[in-house]
Amino acid sequence: MIEFQNVHKTYRVAGRDIPALNPTSLTIEDGQVFGLIGHSGAGKSTMLRLINRLEEPSGGKIVVDGEDVTAFDSNQLRRFRQQVGMIFQHFNLLASKTVADNVALPLVLAGELSRGEIDKRVTELLARVGLSEHARKYPAQLSGGQKQRVGIARALSTNPKILLCDEATSALDPQTTASVLQLLAEINRELKLTIVLITHEMDVIRRVCDRVAVMDAGQIVELGPVADVFLHPQHATTKRFVQEDEQVDENEQRDDFAHVPGRIVRLTFQGCATYAPLLGTVARETGVDYSILAGRIDRIKDIPYGQLTLALIGGDMEAAFARFTAADVHMEVLR
Amino acid sequence: MDILSYFANVDWVEIWQATNDTMVMLFISLAFIILLGLPLGVVLFLFSPRQMFEHKKVYAVLATIVNIVRSVPFIILLIVMIPITVLITGTSLGVAGAIPPLVVGTTPFFARLVETALREVDRGIIEATQSMGATTRQIIFKAVLPEAMPGIIAAITVTAITLVSYTAMAGVVGAGGLGDLSIRFGYQRFQTDVMIVTVVLLVILVQVLQMIGDKLVVHFSRK
Repeated sequence: MIEFQNVHKTYRVAGRDIPALNPTSLTIEDGQVFGLIGHSGAGKSTMLRLINRLEEPSGGKIVVDGEDVTAFDSNQLRRFRQQVGMIFQHFNLLASKTVADNVALPLVLAGELSRGEIDKRVTELLARVGLSEHARKYPAQLSGGQKQRVGIARALSTNPKILLCDEATSALDPQTTASVLQLLAEINRELKLTIVLITHEMDVIRRVCDRVAVMDAGQIVELGPVADVFLHPQHATTKRFVQEDEQVDENEQRDDFAHVPGRIVRLTFQGCATYAPLLGTVARETGVDYSILAGRIDRIKDIPYGQLTLALIGGDMEAAFARFTAADVHMEVLR
Repeated sequence: MDILSYFANVDWVEIWQATNDTMVMLFISLAFIILLGLPLGVVLFLFSPRQMFEHKKVYAVLATIVNIVRSVPFIILLIVMIPITVLITGTSLGVAGAIPPLVVGTTPFFARLVETALREVDRGIIEATQSMGATTRQIIFKAVLPEAMPGIIAAITVTAITLVSYTAMAGVVGAGGLGDLSIRFGYQRFQTDVMIVTVVLLVILVQVLQMIGDKLVVHFSRK
């Protein structure tokens, strides 16, 4: 468990204090994939680096598994860092070392295993990330996605309990992003690893995260399970991120729907409800006719969800609303 | 005129001796320069702004010493150093008398080049190594130096070539070498033939050094 207790950070630039993170408290449970989303300068990168003290907090405590990380001396900190893997946007692989030597580096630095044991571990890790045949290559000979897989193998080499991901997919194309995210989800599931990732893409959050914190101007403005935050965003920043992901402009949509007769509602389905034949049933029972104005059916991590904007016309409107509300569906009346 | 007969008066034994002296001065000095300059470069790098031991005052002191030595013309340094050279080698003359000033004169230059080469290493590499729980020593030896290897080799090449031209001045303390030979025979005795031979040999030497350096840089670049 990672706990931020009233942690804050200010940078001193040219004699002036610039706040990067306002006092923040947050708990990240074991085994979770926790996402921090925000625009650049929102403080998410600072927050991530505070966990392994690549950034020193200006105040507050960070407690990992009951131990106060902020109180560690340099030896304790080094041992702690060996249990926290980290991957980076630009991979940060050593160009002078082969793929195998890059993956071996954390083990060599830790100095606890023999060369033979290290080689065995590296072989296992490269097999896990699907790069066995590239062991002798140099990073420059690999594609971006392969480089990030090397980064992941390297981060996992010391069997860490926490993996920090610093914009790990931001330099990758969409297809490669998907495969890297899949690998991260797999690792989280199989190794019971806690993953903290930062990103500026809601899609990344939607695909792999369990919980998300939305950051803006040095503070967390929204926090919760991904489904809740994603489907019912409250804060303006969150709404913007969700709209970017769905490529929907709410204002444009409002104009388009202006000419549509009847009531307009937005229904949000989650889990099994997504596939239930609710619309047809309600239409038949209440005589309310519907047309679908906008909609999306997709998955949030492993949970299917649907979000439909409907125009409803005729029939017993009150009864239809009651039916929707009674079913396992979230209804918002837009007009 | 027959080209061979033009060079008939060249004393090839003298040329061989001079080449030998130049090589000895070059490689022994270079060895000491690397031995002293590499750590100095690492230290400069570590104390420089935004690096691991960032320290304005220590860096300013080191940088000032380095700059002072670098700003003394080598020919002056050669003479100023005489008492110290005698202390170190027992003589201020000959090849042995030239090596200490060559080392002192060129080490700061090399250290600066090393500092620059180390600074070229992506900060992300240092951060990644830190995140693995590396000590500063490990960060330097396991990450920064291997990553900066092409830059360091380029620095050694540039330094070696600078040394070649400095050895020419070492004739002032009677160190001999190709440069000295070309001044004494070629310039002072108007033996243009000797001048041509020594200059050609110097050109070849510089070309060979540059070629070896470039090959090594490519080998270590892994790109």
